[in-house]
Amino acid sequence: MSTDFDQLVYDLAPRKFSWKGNLWVAILVVIILVGSYSYVQQVRQGLVITDMRDYALWGVYISNFVFFVAISLVGSLITAILRLSGIKWSTPLTRIAEIIAVAAIIMAGVTIIIDMGRPDRMLNLFMHGRLQSPIIWDVIVITTYLVISVLLLYYPLLPDFSILKRHAPESARVRKWYSGLSLNWVGNSEQRRIYSRSIKALSILIIPVAFAIHTVTAWLFETTYRPGWDSTNFGPYFIAGAFVAGAGAVVAVMYVLRKTYRLENYITDFHFNKMGKTLVLLCLIYLYFNINEYLIPTYKSTEEEAVHLQSLFTGQYATLFWTAIIGGLVLPVIILLFPQGRKPLPLFLVSIAVVVGAWWKRYIIVVPTLSHPFLPIQGVPESWRHYSPTWMEWSITFATLAAALLIITLLVRFLPIIPIHETSEERGLVDAAQTK
Amino acid sequence: MQNNLENDNKSRRKFLDKGLKIGVLAAAGSVALAKVFGYRLDEGAEETVELMSTDGTLMQVLSSQIESVPEKKIDYNPREGFPNRKFVMVVDLAKCRNAKKCQSSCNKNHYITGDNAWIKIYKMQDNEKSAPYWQPTLCQHCDEPPCVKVCPVDATFKRRDGIVLIDNNRCIGCRFCMAACPYSVRIFNWSDPWQGEKAESIPYSPDYSGVPAQKGTVDKCDFCPHMIDKGEMPHCVSACPNDVFSFGDLYEDTVTNGSGQSFQLSKLLKDRAGYRLMENLGTAPSVYYLPPSNRVIDFEEGLDNYTEFKSVEKSEGI
Ligand code: SF4
Repeated sequence: MSTDFDQLVYDLAPRKFSWKGNLWVAILVVIILVGSYSYVQQVRQGLVITDMRDYALWGVYISNFVFFVAISLVGSLITAILRLSGIKWSTPLTRIAEIIAVAAIIMAGVTIIIDMGRPDRMLNLFMHGRLQSPIIWDVIVITTYLVISVLLLYYPLLPDFSILKRHAPESARVRKWYSGLSLNWVGNSEQRRIYSRSIKALSILIIPVAFAIHTVTAWLFETTYRPGWDSTNFGPYFIAGAFVAGAGAVVAVMYVLRKTYRLENYITDFHFNKMGKTLVLLCLIYLYFNINEYLIPTYKSTEEEAVHLQSLFTGQYATLFWTAIIGGLVLPVIILLFPQGRKPLPLFLVSIAVVVGAWWKRYIIVVPTLSHPFLPIQGVPESWRHYSPTWMEWSITFATLAAALLIITLLVRFLPIIPIHETSEERGLVDAAQTK
Repeated sequence: MQNNLENDNKSRRKFLDKGLKIGVLAAAGSVALAKVFGYRLDEGAEETVELMSTDGTLMQVLSSQIESVPEKKIDYNPREGFPNRKFVMVVDLAKCRNAKKCQSSCNKNHYITGDNAWIKIYKMQDNEKSAPYWQPTLCQHCDEPPCVKVCPVDATFKRRDGIVLIDNNRCIGCRFCMAACPYSVRIFNWSDPWQGEKAESIPYSPDYSGVPAQKGTVDKCDFCPHMIDKGEMPHCVSACPNDVFSFGDLYEDTVTNGSGQSFQLSKLLKDRAGYRLMENLGTAPSVYYLPPSNRVIDFEEGLDNYTEFKSVEKSEGI
């Protein structure tokens, strides 16, 4: 028995990176450094280093922010919704989902600060915050979600930390950390009771908060009068889209981790198959909301909507729009309907398409609307009519994406990506060292 | 009486007399007085004050005959505004020929150095068959301002006197208010405004927007409280050579144009079928427009001045 357990720990305990892992970290750090340089310029010179102007007053930062919020919702989907509905197969995916959620929600917060004209006055949000502003709602729900997500990542780790403090192939210092973080977990019945109760409570709690963060993010747009944003469909539409993006991200990360850590015994084709089916369902729901979002305004074609929709369907943004809809939504559904399409590699490729499509979809939601205000754009430089991000804007955006990946990478380096304790229980394995 | 007034510049009705708050009722009473005795008002040593009655007639009244309300400057708070006032503007589209003097004067006096003028004159045409017209557009100072509603830090605020202002010392630059404004009147200081020493030496107050402007914050038309305070008209009103703008007080039911002619607001709006922009949005603007019908000018004249891609002269404060 104990050998099986040792094998399990050996398989799942975090490991030092190989040269590949180190190279990956180095690349991410370089991207972040380039972005930081641009950000310093932005703080010095102002947002003038972006291509945003009085009409295109929000750009790639805000769409990137919406993307991060969307991705972060996956934590609640996999850990909470699937867990509460008693689905067992998702156990090996819960930690991946939570890690992604924590990284994404942190970067959502950072991104919104990057977009601010006066980041030095951030504290005004707390000193002078006014409840009637959707931004304040966002600040409240995002901090709440961050706290719950961190706890939901941390609590299930307690028994794992306790296992790691005894078995991890790490230096004494790292083990000491594990020991401290395990909060003296010994696994007695009292601890287990509190443990499972608090996880259950958090899983329930996180669902409304998750819905709230993305609904409020949708409301940032919906509370304005602008064509393309003035929609009552936005809340559910954003949430449906978020689940698609988040599920795609989980598939992509789990594929990479399975490859690098040789976890074929733990994350199997069965899991990919299941996630593939989940993704189809989520894509179909999202497609349904998209039809609501675009078809009905097209049917009515009020003057303002018509101009906006024309730019999406056949105008300036048509290529992006159709690529995001077809490449990021329709094709994935078709491919994933076939069992062959739900094998790891094809599913991985589809998931990348879904995530990239989801990113551009956010851009399509944020940017085009702003170039169609109610009054004509006149008497301003020609360049103000269009928006295309500058390289500095891109470098900052890529830096935030790299930072999210870096957070995921570092967490993967020190945390067991697959819950050891839960897996051992499911497999009926006992830690010999502890029972002694 | 009206002529009398136009001839004499000095006796021109001070737009907002700092010391005197004149009761409309008292004024109405004096109309009768003036009619009965028919006296010349400049005669005699006693000081006279010009008033407008509720039916819109202008007259000079002996200051001893009117009741004055004491000085109210003492506890003036830029967030509260002038007590018992409610400012309104009327823009007469029938007179606008895109002279752009309002814009250049506004730019100059607010030290605007970028391409983002606060007042824009749009070339409008509602449909193919109807005639084109010029539409000067500034902050509408809505009574239900969408920008104020969404501001997370109370940096943009609505005052009791109807003016919507921005506290540039508090604004965090989120630009949500710009997204919320359907009239596209808000502008952002994307870079350092470099306004020059003169503007930078003026102490900041939300009352005098954009002076000095701050990088990373929002600006817009402020209805010129700094001019009102001096008893003068907003810059655009006095700069317009065609008397397109009239500015005044809703409570007094009076607006006055750049040449000093005063009108009864309610009558003017009734006679000329005044309207507000995008009434359907429920923003309740403080700026009224008079339709461009029976025009006294030629639309084409303005085309010379029309620059689709350029803002007008910028501030010389640089
Ligand atoms: S940009 Fe400034 S004034 Fe506008 S909503 Fe944000 S904080 Fe308020």
